[in-house]
Amino acid sequence: MQDLIQPVIATSPLIEVVNVHKSFKKGDRQELLVLEDINFRMYEGEIVAILGKSGSGKSTLLRIIAGLVQPSAGTAFYRGQPVFGPVRGISMVFQTFALLPWLTVLQNVELGLEALGIDRNERRERALKAIDTIGLDGFETAFPKELSGGMRQRVGFARALVINPDILLMDEPFSALDVLTADNLKSDLLDLWQTQKTGLHGILFVTHNIEEAALLADRIIVFNSNPGSIRGELKVTLPHPRNDMDPRFRNQIDRVYTLMTTQPLAESGMREGHQVIDLGYRLPEANVAEITGLLETLNAPENNGKMDLPDVADTLMLDIDELFPLTELLEILHFAKVSKGDITITEAGKAFVEADILERKKIFLLHLKKYVPLARYIYDQLTRHPRHRALEENFLSLLEDYLTEKEASRILSTVIEWGRYAELFAYDYNAGVLSLENPN
Amino acid sequence: MNFLRTTFMSGYKSKAYPNYWDLIALLLVLGVITLLAWVARQMAVPYQLGQAISISLDPNHLPGYALRTVLRMLIALFFSLLFTFIFATWAAKSRRAERIIIPFIDILQSVPILGFLSITVVGFIGLFPGSLLGPECAAIFVIFTSQAWNMALGFYQTVRSVPTELNEAGNMFHLSAWQRFWRIDVPFSLPGLLWNMMMSMSAGWFFVVASEAISVSNQQILLPGIGSYITLAIASADMRAIGYAILTMFIVILVYDQLLFRPLVAWAEKFKAEQVAEDTKEARSWLINLLHRTRFLRYLSTQLTYLFDLFVNIAFLRSKPIHSHRPRMSHYARYITWLWNTLLICLISGVLIFLYHIVFHSVPFATIEHIFSLGLITALRVLVLVVVCTLIWVPIGVWVGLRSNVAHIVQPIAQFLAAFPANLLYPLVVILIVKYHLNINIWVTPLMILGAQWYILFNVVAGASVMPKDLLQVADNLGLGFWLRWRRLILPGIFPYYITGAITAVGGAWNASIVAEVVTWGDHKLVASGLGAYITEQTLKGDFLHIALGIGMMCVLVLIFNRLIWRPLYMLSRERFTLD
Repeated sequence: MQDLIQPVIATSPLIEVVNVHKSFKKGDRQELLVLEDINFRMYEGEIVAILGKSGSGKSTLLRIIAGLVQPSAGTAFYRGQPVFGPVRGISMVFQTFALLPWLTVLQNVELGLEALGIDRNERRERALKAIDTIGLDGFETAFPKELSGGMRQRVGFARALVINPDILLMDEPFSALDVLTADNLKSDLLDLWQTQKTGLHGILFVTHNIEEAALLADRIIVFNSNPGSIRGELKVTLPHPRNDMDPRFRNQIDRVYTLMTTQPLAESGMREGHQVIDLGYRLPEANVAEITGLLETLNAPENNGKMDLPDVADTLMLDIDELFPLTELLEILHFAKVSKGDITITEAGKAFVEADILERKKIFLLHLKKYVPLARYIYDQLTRHPRHRALEENFLSLLEDYLTEKEASRILSTVIEWGRYAELFAYDYNAGVLSLENPN
Repeated sequence: MNFLRTTFMSGYKSKAYPNYWDLIALLLVLGVITLLAWVARQMAVPYQLGQAISISLDPNHLPGYALRTVLRMLIALFFSLLFTFIFATWAAKSRRAERIIIPFIDILQSVPILGFLSITVVGFIGLFPGSLLGPECAAIFVIFTSQAWNMALGFYQTVRSVPTELNEAGNMFHLSAWQRFWRIDVPFSLPGLLWNMMMSMSAGWFFVVASEAISVSNQQILLPGIGSYITLAIASADMRAIGYAILTMFIVILVYDQLLFRPLVAWAEKFKAEQVAEDTKEARSWLINLLHRTRFLRYLSTQLTYLFDLFVNIAFLRSKPIHSHRPRMSHYARYITWLWNTLLICLISGVLIFLYHIVFHSVPFATIEHIFSLGLITALRVLVLVVVCTLIWVPIGVWVGLRSNVAHIVQPIAQFLAAFPANLLYPLVVILIVKYHLNINIWVTPLMILGAQWYILFNVVAGASVMPKDLLQVADNLGLGFWLRWRRLILPGIFPYYITGAITAVGGAWNASIVAEVVTWGDHKLVASGLGAYITEQTLKGDFLHIALGIGMMCVLVLIFNRLIWRPLYMLSRERFTLD
């Protein structure tokens, strides 16, 4: 990321992240890189969104800033001071709320004050005020399990705000809520922010929802996956409250999609505009029924084989975590092409979707063998083996050279599912054996 | 019923293979047992017990005896809890401690509990010469060993499974380690810990009764309590006194169930970590409801909460603001590791030499062979018992479990019976054997599983009662015949529950063998051949080397059977037969 957008106000940054790398140890020797050379700054009065697919390391970055995770290299600074552990002044809201189920709403909100050693009466007073502010009065004595998801996240907000933080970090704060509840909570949060009721000087949040980022943030930082790095950033200058039907807002969303789907020149390995992948590639988690459904939508007469990605997301009601794995698999299999925020069906894709069930399997088999090296490798190994059998562990340990244990097993089971659909090989779950024979 | 992990169960989630830490722990445990026995042998043999308190068979004394027995249980429970909080937490928070503590507890679980009594009683007597405090401590220690390992392993596992986000929230809001322990770790583990405690306590009645009256080196020590009362009743062949003792125990367990067990479990409901209020029936207790509705007690509970708050927020255990420098990597860390490893190697070689010296120089090989064959006889008994109990209780359990109205009645009764110390009932069986001149080696066997069989029953009932209704309807709809229905649906469905019950029952049977293979009634003494009888006989003689050999052999056999049979079955049941 060279072209950081320079801020208009030249104050010292609230948060500055310098050359941060993070890798996790796996096994004794190997390391898995999840964040690569992250640099960014956040200034007074900003709401910043970090947008990326799941597994792109964005939550890890948030935790590095929070002091919960130590970077492998580089440093995060809070108001010029390096962060080595949770800092007083930074507060956090969690994706799954992280409330203590055995404490009442009031006790949960008091938790942070308790840790600071504030005496009982002041604690109570401040907690009640925070509960009031966030719109929870009447629920002080309730236990979290009595509350709906939205109310629970309000408790999360009250708990985070009661300690008068300087900066609020939010880790996918709305993703566990339904759409209406989330919208309601977002607008309340913006209200609090704009009326300056909280004493907050900045909000940094992580999301995989493009609309959410565009709705709340002044600046969106778009993340790459594998390893996580900053792909680019966008400023959103529309005034609050933003209307998601506003054409200018739709335009912003289009820009984000374009930024996310345009291959930077640096990323090589492109052939005829299609992605070429290797054995250890992190295959997307997508199943055949889903990509068939997407192709059918693309191929529908009204779409004529080409669609805008935001439209696809809207029509099929998918968020980017669900949509991008599908488009990625379509690209890998050469069934569709994605560029500049558009997706276009290829001839092969058209042939696949128009075929009948058995014919589809044949086309899928052909493309699977041709374009997915892992599937081809498994097939070759099985062909070579005298009894056409192999243990699943062999492939797993091969994949673990490139990936985490969890990711390796996810990818292997994904490829096994495709292989079974294509009848490329058979699989015995109990024995953990792959083979070429059909069950008798 | 998932909390129902009593002895032998808790370690099962770990890997299937023993790693070298297990072996080290096994060696050290065997070493310590032998060492204790060796020390005991060195001690002056005639103990100074001071004035023996005479036990009276007058039923008027029974309430007092019962109280003494209950007190012993509670003291042991307190120490088990302390042990759990310290060692389980330590293991959960520190990797180095974990590698030592967990295999140790795992091995200790397979040491026969009454074996601890034989080994330690002399030491305790030596600690408090001339008073009954020694045997008293030994009895309490035995109850402690029947509770602590199990509770610690369960607690360790739940503390480790605290959701990451909760821990992160604790960090983010600057809770100190002390505050985190009381605000997050303990409440999160509480429902499981309580269940474990209650179950261990149920099993504990058996051991408290057995440990109050101990014969060691031809000297009988009687501590005032129900156990001694019954021992005396057996010695004087007093049928009426036995009846009184059984009645008293019945009442004690009933009271304990209603006043302690149920209220605590109902109270623990609020600590269940599910975020959603579920429709499933919550545990209820009339006592808790009563408490909730009484104004004075509500006031009391507010005060208690206040005190707990103060306790959690003690000033000097509060977190300090993070200072702004990088946490330094200790230069000493490497030396400490090195020192640690050296120490460990020295210790292990010491133990090896000691064991080698004791076992191969003082004991002829034939003795070891003999003990081993006795162990196999006891193992055979255990296996036969499990098979027989399975054949009896599985069909009954399924029949009951599928009828929810029957299950509601049977379930608490089975749990109650599991808590009832079966050794109180031994005399009844012995009378029958003596009267009809039955084969001792065969008819003493059922005694071993008298108390533990109920675990199989109520686990199978639990499994059958949670069998999804739609699966049963599918079976009806497809018109599955009797055998097909059992083979394809019912047996696989209850398998995980059955395994849980069977493992618990087997553990109980091994433990019971020490008291069940030698039984008396008046002047009749029935001795079956087996490892349990061997340990009892040697204890009576005061031959500590052979006691240690017997206990060590039982420990090793139990471990082998666990690793070869029960653990793989348990893993299989988890992986394949768990209905979600």
